[in-house]
Amino acid sequence: MTLTPNQTLSTMIAGIADGAIRAIDLTNILSSDFPVIVLPSEFGQCEPFRMETVSRYDANGPAWYWNNISMNEHTGTHFDAPAHWVTGRDIPNGTVDAVPPEDFIHPAVVIDIAPQAAADEDFIVTRAFLEEWETRNGPIPPRHWVLLRSDWSKRVGTLSYLNLKDDGAHSPGPDADAMRFLVHDRNCIGLGVETVGTDAGQSSLFDEPLPAHSILHGNGRYGLQCLTNLDQLPVFGSIIIAMPLKIKGGSGSPLRVMALAPTDAA
Amino acid sequence: MSRRPSSYDGVAVCAPVTVPYVRFSPESAHWWAGRALQQLAQVAGLQPADIDGFCFSSFSSGPDSAVGMIQHLGLTPRWLDHIPTGGASGVMALRRAARAVQCGDADLVVCLAADTNQIDSFRHSLAGFSRFSRDAVYPYGYGGPNATFALITDAYMRRFGITRADFGKLCVAQRANAGSNPLALQRKPLTLDAYLAARPIADPVHLFDCVMPCAGAEAFIVTTPEIAAERGLAAATIMATIERHNAFPQDPVQYRGGWAMDIDGFWDAARIAPTDVDTLQVYDDYPVIVAMQLEDLGFCPKGEAAQFIRETSFDIDGDLPLNTNGGQLSAGQAGAAGGFQNMTEGLRQIIAQPLGAQVPDAEISLVSGFGLVNYDRGVCTGAALLKALR
Amino acid sequence: MSERASREKRDPLARKKARHTPPSARSRAMHAMSARAAMGRFVLQVCTSCGTATYPPRDACPACWGELAWQDIENGGQLLSHTIIHATTDLYFRDHLPWRTGTVALDAGPIALVHLHRDLAPDDRVEVRILLDRSGNAALFAFPPDRGFDMTDPQLREFIVPVQGKTVLVSDARSAIGLAMVKALHDAGAGLIMAGMLPPTRIADADHPILRLPDVQMVPLDITDQVSLSEALSKIGGPLDIVINTARHVRSGGVSGGANIVEQRRAFEVAAIGLTRLAQSCGPMLAGRSHGAFVDIISSDALTGSADHAGFAAAEAARLSLLQAFRHEIREAGVRVLSIFTGPVEDEHHQSIPPPKVAPARLASATIEALQKGREQTCVGDVADDAMTRWLADPALYAREKNL
Repeated sequence: MTLTPNQTLSTMIAGIADGAIRAIDLTNILSSDFPVIVLPSEFGQCEPFRMETVSRYDANGPAWYWNNISMNEHTGTHFDAPAHWVTGRDIPNGTVDAVPPEDFIHPAVVIDIAPQAAADEDFIVTRAFLEEWETRNGPIPPRHWVLLRSDWSKRVGTLSYLNLKDDGAHSPGPDADAMRFLVHDRNCIGLGVETVGTDAGQSSLFDEPLPAHSILHGNGRYGLQCLTNLDQLPVFGSIIIAMPLKIKGGSGSPLRVMALAPTDAA
Repeated sequence: MSRRPSSYDGVAVCAPVTVPYVRFSPESAHWWAGRALQQLAQVAGLQPADIDGFCFSSFSSGPDSAVGMIQHLGLTPRWLDHIPTGGASGVMALRRAARAVQCGDADLVVCLAADTNQIDSFRHSLAGFSRFSRDAVYPYGYGGPNATFALITDAYMRRFGITRADFGKLCVAQRANAGSNPLALQRKPLTLDAYLAARPIADPVHLFDCVMPCAGAEAFIVTTPEIAAERGLAAATIMATIERHNAFPQDPVQYRGGWAMDIDGFWDAARIAPTDVDTLQVYDDYPVIVAMQLEDLGFCPKGEAAQFIRETSFDIDGDLPLNTNGGQLSAGQAGAAGGFQNMTEGLRQIIAQPLGAQVPDAEISLVSGFGLVNYDRGVCTGAALLKALR
Repeated sequence: MSERASREKRDPLARKKARHTPPSARSRAMHAMSARAAMGRFVLQVCTSCGTATYPPRDACPACWGELAWQDIENGGQLLSHTIIHATTDLYFRDHLPWRTGTVALDAGPIALVHLHRDLAPDDRVEVRILLDRSGNAALFAFPPDRGFDMTDPQLREFIVPVQGKTVLVSDARSAIGLAMVKALHDAGAGLIMAGMLPPTRIADADHPILRLPDVQMVPLDITDQVSLSEALSKIGGPLDIVINTARHVRSGGVSGGANIVEQRRAFEVAAIGLTRLAQSCGPMLAGRSHGAFVDIISSDALTGSADHAGFAAAEAARLSLLQAFRHEIREAGVRVLSIFTGPVEDEHHQSIPPPKVAPARLASATIEALQKGREQTCVGDVADDAMTRWLADPALYAREKNL
């Protein structure tokens, strides 16, 4: 039996209200000490989040509290639009203000790479890895966010989150074949990660450097970075709500990302 | 060569008044000036209109000068002067007023010095005292003139071999003299042992070398002998005066004052010698300045003050009665009034109206002023010889 | 390496010691003397007509009423008299009694009242230096000749900033300048050096031989972030004596051509707003200390601007401006604000600039020396020396040359 749209929405709201559907916040706290990506020094750098109190029930505003904030578009838990990367420069509606609203809500599939990342902080997600994963879990459905659960979010607040060493950052991520597989063969909406970038820490040294950025955005797909609580999501069956700020011509945006998931699937 | 000054014929000095000093006063300099005029009114029967000359001195009347003061006090003088020279202001007021009266610019000049001393007003008045002090003295910890005089005293003692005991004799004698003055703030007898054992303030200056700042007022009248007689006022004449500022600027450390430049003409004009003086009223903020005056005024040669002090008695009934009211060291130092105190006391002794004990047969007083440590030394000096008009 | 003094301990219940400063009102002429003394010069006014040297400062020659000009001049003299002040009404000096002063006949002519080194006696030859007192004004201090700075003299300690045993914050310790500064502070016997580490922190930082020194404590610090600064200061377990602001953002670039707005903004955030942040947060901590000091490392380009480092120079100029205001503000609290001017530094930011450049270690040792001599303004290296000389001589010409 098919539900009418009204019934669908009512059922969903009722599910959230009675706990059958859980709302899960996938967002890290946006604060000045949340790390931002570090590029080689010849490049311009990402400004971290900053907050200046304008007034707090004081001489500058006796009855109100508010702050001025500033940051790069790619600060904290954030969204990458296609225009973020040169490969996506000509994608229609490639900036955050033009993202079609229906893309704000998509289902997700969660791929657990935590054991591998724990064993090897430069763990590379390959096509072979993904195909092997599908044999155990079933195929990655089309038009889904692919979320890589690395448990990297548990490192937030420690040096090992950015994991900067003399030879650069070290964190897991996909290679180019894996990305082509996800984009072309599985038609993903985008890639969501717990690390500071969709690409691996050492991905600038790959034969095809920065493949996630390059291939995702070149094909009009999105990125979500610095996610947390992915360990609370089922492999299949969750819905991601991710709405970037409507910044005119913006390449990305900090945002609140949440998931809806059936409680019994946890 | 300077011309010889004219005599002071036709000038009389009279009506010395002292408003009793207090250590601290919440009143203003204006209030103290008012009390002095009130006393003058009582002793001389004066109304405001009788005063046609006014000469004023004060450190604490700000923002008013003599101008503000006359309107405040209801005076309409035809001659006005303001004397900023502190410890030398009494002699300077006398000199100016005398010439004004002698030349007919005024008939009756009131010379008045008044200063209040509120809690902490000493510290505040320091800040605005002089530019050189502000730039180059107070930032060195002085907080007043003690250390400046300590440096002068240190050099003077080493140069001339004078000792603390010699200074002590002066201070002890002045305290003894204060004993009979009911208005003196410090009358408890001082022994030489106590003087020597006092706590150091700025070596070699110790506690009893320093005056006690206080509030007070002093005044006297300069007029003609005829007017003084009409009002029934005992009076004195002026035998001679001198005045000098910034003398010997090349002396690295002050060991002599401006008196030394002019002293010969002073005694010549008066036609007397130091031995003829019956009372000596000198500026005494720090005994080293008293010693300097003994030399520079001709009582002994330069460098021999120690010997002179040892051989002389300075008590009221002694060889050379010195600061017979106790001086500023014992009576108190009421700011600019401290520069008038020697004048009123010298006058009192020769017109037989002392505050305390009378110097026997006193006829001639030498009054000497020293004022304004602008930087490293006192800048202003003056002296006057007064003789009873009988 | 000097002996390491233990850090100060305090009775937590004792009322905080009130800090006073010496009388601060001065004439305009005296301020002119102070401005020169701030650079470590010994100057007197000399008459342009008759050559008479004068002191205290005047506005006309007392010998011929000619115009007076400041001149570097011999600083020898002879002590004529001395006193030890045991009592004074001045609150600052009451805290420091007994206090020695004297009268000196300067070889140059004038008589000066001076602060006196304890080993001097009347008739001694002396060497007079002009130091800055705790109000930041010129003060003459007589030393035994050729004895240098004897920091054990308790009076002299009032005119300088001792480093030994003190807690020092280095705002950016990761840079070449910062590392050299930490090392120099360690060598000078600082009690605790808080080394500000600009995020992101690298894992290898913990192994740096200088940052691993036992008296060095690394603390994440970005002075463009108030939260970071507050958290860093919260990690200083005791009083803070000295702040050395080594943070700067050196980038080349012009104004129209080659301007990089992001880099310029960052330069201002670090150099100008960062200084304000540091001053706001650290000022009250320094004000409570007996020898509080704030040292700022500043580019000599701040004086005139620089055509090829326009944004950086502008930010440094803003920093200089703020620093001067801060110096005035905090003078009343007795905190010294020291400027250390430098030209290009031998570091990663000046790779394309030819010598002469200032070695970071030299900059650091000059900073320690400036503290220990209480010198308000120091130029380190030939470029900064040259810049200051030319700027003082003809600021309009130098600004023109510098921006050609």
